[in-house]
Amino acid sequence: MSSDTTPLPQDPATLAEQIQEQSNKLSELLQASTDAIANSMSAGGDHGFFMTGLTIFVLACFVGYYVVWKVTPALHSPLMGITNAISSVIIVGAILAAGPQDGGMAKLLGFLAITLASVNIFGGFIITRRMLSMFKKKDA
Amino acid sequence: MDTFTSLSYLVSAVCFIMALRGLSSPETARQGVVFGMAGMALAIVTTLMSDTVEGIMLPLFGIAIGGVIGATIAKKIDMRDLPQLMAGFHSLVGLAAVFVAMAAFFNPEAYGIGTVGNIKVGSLIEMGLGAAIGAITFTGSIIAFGKLQGMISGKPVVFNGQHKLNAALGAAMLLLIFIFCGTQSTFVLLLLIAVALALGILLIIPIGGADMPVIVSMLNSYSGWAAAGIGFTLENTLLIITGALVGASGAILSYIMCKGMNRSFMNVILGGFGSDEAGANPADAAGDRPVKIGSADDAGFIMKNASSVIIIPGYGMAVAQAQHAVREMADILKAEGITVRYAIHPVAGRMPGHMNVLLAEANVPYDEVLELEDINRDFSQTDVAFVIGANDITNPAAKTDPQSPIFGMPVLDVEKAKTVLFVKRSLGTGYAGVDNPLFFNENTMMLLGDAKQMAENIIKAME
Repeated sequence: MSSDTTPLPQDPATLAEQIQEQSNKLSELLQASTDAIANSMSAGGDHGFFMTGLTIFVLACFVGYYVVWKVTPALHSPLMGITNAISSVIIVGAILAAGPQDGGMAKLLGFLAITLASVNIFGGFIITRRMLSMFKKKDA
Repeated sequence: MDTFTSLSYLVSAVCFIMALRGLSSPETARQGVVFGMAGMALAIVTTLMSDTVEGIMLPLFGIAIGGVIGATIAKKIDMRDLPQLMAGFHSLVGLAAVFVAMAAFFNPEAYGIGTVGNIKVGSLIEMGLGAAIGAITFTGSIIAFGKLQGMISGKPVVFNGQHKLNAALGAAMLLLIFIFCGTQSTFVLLLLIAVALALGILLIIPIGGADMPVIVSMLNSYSGWAAAGIGFTLENTLLIITGALVGASGAILSYIMCKGMNRSFMNVILGGFGSDEAGANPADAAGDRPVKIGSADDAGFIMKNASSVIIIPGYGMAVAQAQHAVREMADILKAEGITVRYAIHPVAGRMPGHMNVLLAEANVPYDEVLELEDINRDFSQTDVAFVIGANDITNPAAKTDPQSPIFGMPVLDVEKAKTVLFVKRSLGTGYAGVDNPLFFNENTMMLLGDAKQMAENIIKAME
């Protein structure tokens, strides 16, 4: 894979040899990946959460579909604001990463993610409220 | 996950659904936001209280920093900059998703998905996908932000072999995820993220400024899918549900925007629209056909003698910040007993619902603002259609000329009104690079000039 950056040799024979060598390496790597995946699948056999998660995911997509079609087109900008804010619920994962005493690299990444997500949560909800506060009825 | 945590997350998820539900009408919308904030607060507090979180000072510190920055931006920002603000926010969700995926890789114990070098394969796939979608969202949103802010040219950037390169990068991403599962190598994960970052840039640069409503919605959707992907990795139902809601929402908005332009999603994504046709003949668009050009006084006179006026705003109104002047003009007309309404095309502006927010900002009551399908048949009984800063969305060629690139796009039937007043800076073509036959109609009067200036001059003329 790193062969992309090395200069190509002029001699076609050497070039062919190198290509052969690299492709052998790649196929070995792919074989190793396939084996590892196959092993863990037969060994683990624990797909409990994936199927539960998938069920929840598909059902939530349907809920989202029906709820969002009901949103009035006039409020499509606030809709983007609010979905932007709630998609930052990813902060939950970030807090779990930053939580442990000895987190190392993960702790730092978690902290950065918390900060980014918080910008979005506060920013998203506040801008949505600002937008909605402007929508007024006639003579109201 | 213990029962208490699961239950709190469930309540949070329901709150988020209620938040979206609230947006079905402006009356319940504010209540919806309260639901959203409550759900978010509950999710954060519950997580801070969980056993694995030993020190809460660091997370709270992060929330405080981010919160102050977010609140300051949201309070200070000019409503005109809303589309780029949304794009900017989406980029942050994308980057946060990348960080969380990497954190899960470096410390899988924190989430109970295995140990370093021995993570479950299912989690690795989800981690890879979450990180990749997050990275695409991050750079894609930054490019969209740059285009909307005017930092990068809004014109489509097209080069030979662009789609092949994107396809190759996409394939490389899948291959890397596959290898990542087998090797659990940090280098492969970083390489995957790097490829995804590059793909995010390449996907958005060929897309022109006026297609941004689709792109902003699409990135909104991606930020949801990234969150859902991370939810699978962390085996967290709240993230999955919320990600699915946001993903579905963004996808629906993209669909509505595409339908508003009668173009397929693929057609928008492949980009380049408006670049080839635009060069054709913008200068001599007027040709030798006669165009009626009027002044602000003429416009004021015509409108004062009308009994009904429909105002059609477009992106030009947003650029000129003319909404306040337009509303003042409408107030004068209403004081004369003239019916004034606004007609909004789904793709007017640079983001979904852009015009509605700008008009609301100028204190236009929302019940005077109508969507295309609700107002389109009223044009034939209307005296004046006042088009301001909109072009393609009023172009009758979309209905009559099968050769036109915008043929089949739903347009506002402004030409059916007795008189069309068309405020425009010049007689050039619109974004799609298409000649607008409306300019040469018998009943059209062109008002050439800046939208805000023109509206103000009309106000003066009427007083």
